[in-house]
Amino acid sequence: MKPPAFSYHDPRSVADVVGLLARLDNAKLLAGGQSLMPMLNMRFVLPDHLIDLNRVDGLSYIREQNGAPDIGAIEIGAMTRQRDIEFSDLVRRRCPLLAEAVGQVGHRQTRNRGTLGGSLCHLDPAAELVTVAAALDATVTVAGKNGARGIDFAAFPAAYMTPALAPDELLTAATFPCWPAGHGYAFVEFSRRHGDFAIVSAAALIEQDRNGKVTRAALTLGGMGPAPLRAREVEAALLGETIEDKRLREVCESLRQLDAVDDIHAPASYRRQLATVLSRRALVKAHERIGARA
Amino acid sequence: MSERRTIAVTVNGARHEVSVPVRLTLADFLRHHLRLTGTHLGCEHGVCGACTVLFDGRSARSCLMLAVQADGHEVTTVEGLAPDGNTLHPLQQAFHDHHGLQCGFCTPGMLITLVELLRDNPAPSEADIRVGISGNLCRCTGYHNIVVAALEAAKRMRSDDGCQRSDVRSQMSDDGKHPTSDLRPPTSDL
Repeated sequence: MKPPAFSYHDPRSVADVVGLLARLDNAKLLAGGQSLMPMLNMRFVLPDHLIDLNRVDGLSYIREQNGAPDIGAIEIGAMTRQRDIEFSDLVRRRCPLLAEAVGQVGHRQTRNRGTLGGSLCHLDPAAELVTVAAALDATVTVAGKNGARGIDFAAFPAAYMTPALAPDELLTAATFPCWPAGHGYAFVEFSRRHGDFAIVSAAALIEQDRNGKVTRAALTLGGMGPAPLRAREVEAALLGETIEDKRLREVCESLRQLDAVDDIHAPASYRRQLATVLSRRALVKAHERIGARA
Repeated sequence: MSERRTIAVTVNGARHEVSVPVRLTLADFLRHHLRLTGTHLGCEHGVCGACTVLFDGRSARSCLMLAVQADGHEVTTVEGLAPDGNTLHPLQQAFHDHHGLQCGFCTPGMLITLVELLRDNPAPSEADIRVGISGNLCRCTGYHNIVVAALEAAKRMRSDDGCQRSDVRSQMSDDGKHPTSDLRPPTSDL
């Protein structure tokens, strides 16, 4: 038997999950299992209780929240499979950055099981969905014994791979604000093998006015540190500018000053190099897509 | 301490009601309890893809699921692909015809992954197949013929003639580049 011994719980409602979390010590939530199951098989985690979310009703959906014409947001249930996000017309139309990123998460077999909520709570700093949630200023909804509350994704990573959740809380949904139709977007990453976590990833979003001047930009880097990094200086430097190669090179060059982790996959200097190159590529690709209909 | 539960699972069309330890993986359930040893276990942590099965029609790594999670669900393993004892599934036949397996260890996972891929996309390009099997490792590195076999199977399945044999190799150009353009899907089909 590969996994350690545990008591197994398969609740049917969010309220039952919250009740179990409040009552049980050393309990782990099992979502799609594409990270937790390997950790159990290798006995990196030894929970006394495993609470399986796969039979909980009402956590798998993709729906549109209304906002100003053309804007609004997409709300996605925590147990929605990555594969369903990948094939959602709504996501492709309203949140193309998310659609592009989710196709780069693992492989077909892992996306069939892997969930949005599982990925966000596992909070691997190089995970595509984590980077996209930061890029789009997502809000996560969590349920606990005192009811539901929203957390800005920027405040969600409490530490390396540690979400800012109380012990009796679970993530139930994430809401991704949409950018207006015709905005430019791109998600690019570098990994050693297809389907791996990125060593560094870059997510770019751009809007421009009729004269080709940037009116809004967002650039987010994954894999650099314990949480995704918004390159605020680059975003500010692009405002009012026309996107052209020389200027982009100058602006992205500043990313070489960023802090980055040094680990078995790559030294910090290499991550800085990737941040500089991938940011430029993402911004160029996003710019090329401005005005294109999804 | 080993908590148990009784589960009812339909595997390759047959219903099984079995008491299992809750921490048993679906892969070990298939192999040790049902004796369906066609599902292979390579890494047991979700990297190699050898243990891929269809879970309610979708490919999944059975080493990353618990048997209790299959309660009330349907599983298809490689043993469930051939229609009968004398006929192979068109994909199996194409693997046989085109040397799509060397040691055979990765084959069950490759086949199951490709069954889903060809169901969702009956006219895949070579690139579609290479991306599709990117989660399945072949340590013989026999990918070339696996891709050839998958393209040939797709072609046979499109023409609804799973028994017809034709040689993709003879259609390749001399430099070994493949597939030839007639194997590529007409875009209007997509």
